[in-house]
Amino acid sequence: MIEQIVFYLFSGILLLSATMVVVMRNPIHSALFLVLSFFASAAIWLLLQAEFLAIALVLVYVGAVMVLFLFVVMMLDINLVTVREGFARFLPVGITVAVLMIAAMGLVVGSDYFLSDTYMAIKSVGSDYSNTKELGLTLYTQYLYQFEIAGAILLVAIIAAISLSMSKSKVNKSISPEDQVFVKKADRLRIVKMQSESNTKNGESEA
Amino acid sequence: MLEIIYQFISQNVLLPITTLLLPVDYQAQALTVLQTVVKILSILVPVLLTVAYFTYFERKVIGFIQGRIGPNRVGFFGFSLWGLGQPIADAVKLIVKEIIVPTGSNRALFIMAPILSLAPSLAAWAVIPFDDTKVLANINAGLLYVLALTSLAVYGVIIAGWASNSKYAFLGAMRSAAQIVAYEIAMGFALVGVLVAAGSLNLGDIVNSQSGSVIHWFWIPLFPLFVIYFISGLAETNRAPFDVAEGESEIVAGFHVEYGGMAFSVFFMAEYANMILIAVLSALMFCGGWLSPFQGIPGLEDLFSWVPPMFWLLAKTSFFMFLFLWFRATFPRYRYDQIMRLGWKVFIPITIVWLVVVSALVVTNTPPWFN
Repeated sequence: MIEQIVFYLFSGILLLSATMVVVMRNPIHSALFLVLSFFASAAIWLLLQAEFLAIALVLVYVGAVMVLFLFVVMMLDINLVTVREGFARFLPVGITVAVLMIAAMGLVVGSDYFLSDTYMAIKSVGSDYSNTKELGLTLYTQYLYQFEIAGAILLVAIIAAISLSMSKSKVNKSISPEDQVFVKKADRLRIVKMQSESNTKNGESEA
Repeated sequence: MLEIIYQFISQNVLLPITTLLLPVDYQAQALTVLQTVVKILSILVPVLLTVAYFTYFERKVIGFIQGRIGPNRVGFFGFSLWGLGQPIADAVKLIVKEIIVPTGSNRALFIMAPILSLAPSLAAWAVIPFDDTKVLANINAGLLYVLALTSLAVYGVIIAGWASNSKYAFLGAMRSAAQIVAYEIAMGFALVGVLVAAGSLNLGDIVNSQSGSVIHWFWIPLFPLFVIYFISGLAETNRAPFDVAEGESEIVAGFHVEYGGMAFSVFFMAEYANMILIAVLSALMFCGGWLSPFQGIPGLEDLFSWVPPMFWLLAKTSFFMFLFLWFRATFPRYRYDQIMRLGWKVFIPITIVWLVVVSALVVTNTPPWFN
């Protein structure tokens, strides 16, 4: 009973916030509603006893990805008028993509793998069952090669992103910490020996 | 002692309430809910009191370090009592002050931001074990839960900075976002080291796997990770020397410059609650949690066996809390590019290298920690 209440509560929040992401006029509000929808889907995953995935969703997407996303969106000065200009022009394309996606999802959900009798209820497991351990075992034995390939692709993407951002930075003003650390007094300061100027009289110098 | 009080409340307050007020079918469930609420309060009320008196001790400790006296006037009933009434007076002052919402600010988000910064730091206490049995939610993925919740505290700062519609607040929010994302990676890797060493994500199991003696605690095999975890904790809580998000000398007070009264004090409480949380996590993961430091020493172990285990956890936590204050009084603020460099170019490589070392120690069953 309680599980159903929790499920419908968070499904409602998820659907509502996902709609708001698209509907809101302010991009910051859209991003914050996206955060809320991540939370709601994490709660639904917790109901499926997938605690590792649920917490990883909050940790990675909410804690890191969306923070950077907000960071960028807040810096941009998005003009909503120009964003909405092409709405009518792109509407047919958008509808086509939406219909295709709905059809594809319908095919997957309606296929033999997602029959409702195979997924009737979640098998309840004991408290000593560790979702994290099972996931790790599967990932590092059965799907080891796929995992390694995904890792290599991500590494290439990191290097590509860094090299793209570094390619035109010949004129940047970044500081070299090594030079700062090894700077000596003699590099910055020159002590000049000179005569004291005691021969000038106070009254005359002021006048 | 605590168990007796809890049993007393449970038997004499909660049980009559449920039996008198509710139909028979719901009594058991309602009793469980009420018992959980009492447990939550028994954690959060001491945490919030500690937050209040932590501010007092901060002013006293920093005053002592700088050769001043600190607050010493406000007391109770005409006695000054070393200024012990100061936090209460501050709280009353902040509660009765007006909360000003600036024109042009985003009202809903402006009010929500302080709540969003305090809530995760209080929610994280759910999985903190105080001794072998005293834990509110003994979940398998406790370590991940704590890491996820500490990474959420940044939302309060970002939303406050943006919703205030102020340049200084916005600059503070941007600084804080970049800083927290950078240090979270180092912190996460340090926690992966703990996970590898303990073989569990459950905080209670992590403490139990350190039992033996002081040299069995993880602070020796994981020493670089221990140091990096604590410094990353300093950076995540925006404390000196990493407090560029506030940066009084450059951007006035950073993200909370537009906040006054209770709205400001909720940010203040969130910062201190986060510091206490980082302190208790450092004690749990690297310094043996509730384990006695005299464990394994023949004479002393029996001599101190009457001390409740919770005392050792609180003592270790207090030490780390003192470190926060000590650092604030000692170190000047980092420059922003130095913060970024330390996080990305120093801490992350060290943690990755030390993960390999820890894995090797675990695989080879190196005594005395991993046999």
